[in-house]
Amino acid sequence: MTIAITTQIICFTILSLVILIGALGVVLLESIVYSAFLLGGVFMSVAGLYLLLNASFVAAAQVLVYVGAVNVLIIFAIMLVNKKEDLKPINDIKSRRIISTSICLTLLSLLIRVDMTNVWSLSSPQNSIGEESTIRIGEHLFSDYLLPFEVASVLLLMAMIGAIVLARRDVMSKDISTGLPVDQELIEKSSEPLLTNKN
Amino acid sequence: MEYGLDLEYSFNEFLKGFGLSSEIAHIIWLPLPMLLVLVAAVVGVLVTVWLERKISAAAQQRIGPEYAGALGVLQPIADGLKLLVKEDIIPAKADGILFTAGPILVLVPVILSWLIVPFGQNLLISNVGIGIFLWIALSSIQPIGLLMSGYASNNKYSLLGGLRAAAQSISYEIPLALSVLAIVLMTNSLSTIDIVNQQTGAGILSWNIWRQPVGFIVFWICALAECERLPFDLPEAEEELVAGYQTEYAGMKFALFYLGSYINLILSALLVSILYLGGWGFPIPVELIAKFLNLPINAPFIQVFTASIGIVMTVLKAYLLVFIAILLRWTTPRVRIDQLLDLGWKFLLPISLANLLITAGLKLAFPQFFGG
Repeated sequence: MTIAITTQIICFTILSLVILIGALGVVLLESIVYSAFLLGGVFMSVAGLYLLLNASFVAAAQVLVYVGAVNVLIIFAIMLVNKKEDLKPINDIKSRRIISTSICLTLLSLLIRVDMTNVWSLSSPQNSIGEESTIRIGEHLFSDYLLPFEVASVLLLMAMIGAIVLARRDVMSKDISTGLPVDQELIEKSSEPLLTNKN
Repeated sequence: MEYGLDLEYSFNEFLKGFGLSSEIAHIIWLPLPMLLVLVAAVVGVLVTVWLERKISAAAQQRIGPEYAGALGVLQPIADGLKLLVKEDIIPAKADGILFTAGPILVLVPVILSWLIVPFGQNLLISNVGIGIFLWIALSSIQPIGLLMSGYASNNKYSLLGGLRAAAQSISYEIPLALSVLAIVLMTNSLSTIDIVNQQTGAGILSWNIWRQPVGFIVFWICALAECERLPFDLPEAEEELVAGYQTEYAGMKFALFYLGSYINLILSALLVSILYLGGWGFPIPVELIAKFLNLPINAPFIQVFTASIGIVMTVLKAYLLVFIAILLRWTTPRVRIDQLLDLGWKFLLPISLANLLITAGLKLAFPQFFGG
């Protein structure tokens, strides 16, 4: 066994442990802030796994998109609405836990089945392209995967417009949740930054 | 263009002379460039701190540090030692784990980014294929550390500072990445080595700054904003937020933030010089000098000369930019938060998009000048 393979095995073990424990922590921890930070750690470790698989571009994209954008926004949102409120105890918590556990176990068994039935080994070791993968990904995005790529961007645009409508209630005449007419004047006043009036 | 010193190869050959296997030689080699770059980064910070103190003093007609060594050159070391031995305080109601992890998360990505900074043809830690993209990805981790330390301090100024830092970092990353993309479009490669090699043809005339003047300015503004330097130091605006996310920090944890911000400044300056100012390239091509001296380009003397001039040029260009950044800091007022976000989203983002589009068009129209 060469040193390179030993290093790979050690890295793989550590990364997998971090992913498993981190993911469990995200679900089981009471504090939502800890969960959010642990989620960032899980995303980072997944990027590490991509690196081990010689997919450096995918790893960097994973860090940029999931850690740099998604996770930062999650933490940002948690901190902006950081209300300290005690959650009401749910009376039938035990049965809910049993139901969610059984659903999760079903999904897990499905994944295990996919893992067992699929043939994972590459047909030939020459198929790994390493550093060239960036170029290949670009070629695919602009040829056979062009339509899914563009549809995804339309989806993101729709999500963005939806977020703007939700954040700027003053563009709606009726409140979305209650259906009451919106007091336009009040919202105008509160959404205006105090400092901009001075120039 | 595969000339230049290959220190790794020579070092491995040297160790093999003692009867070591190539694997062992490789393992002994691995930590050396990393340590060297770490030391270089820390020394760079010491020099920058001294420069900052001296230049700010000159800008305000003071003398600045004077007694610690000649012209006060030992002052940054004294500052560092002071921070090293100061008591490490964790506030009573702060979150201990996150409070400690925050500064580490801020510093580590910045140091990791030095992986891709080349000082010469073979003088970098690793010529990874994704090159400059690695830096963009790594610099997006930093806001998590800032948010973490802002939250864990349990102080409203810290939290506001952390939120501001994250907002600023997210909004300036986009024009930054778009202006890098225009360069990558011209180079056909993400690797920093290729980016510099593409600019070495005709000395100073082939530098990217002449082909990407708008990109250069956008990149520099965004780099300053990412480093949280004045005029963009809102996260730690001392009149409003005491010291932003670092308000509750003392001793070595504060020093980590301090180190991180200065290493980031030097890294940004180095990357500007690599992307736009020809990296290690001398204003006059080395081939011309070699021809003038009637020496072959592979002669040992020319090789050592090229390598040393490469390091000197990279550092010189970077420190010129650091000098401009310091002057900017001590002569400009701070922007307001709404001005900051307006500048990022309504001005720099459209301009960098247009720059990218025009670069793509020019590349199609004049492939010999804009990379084919």
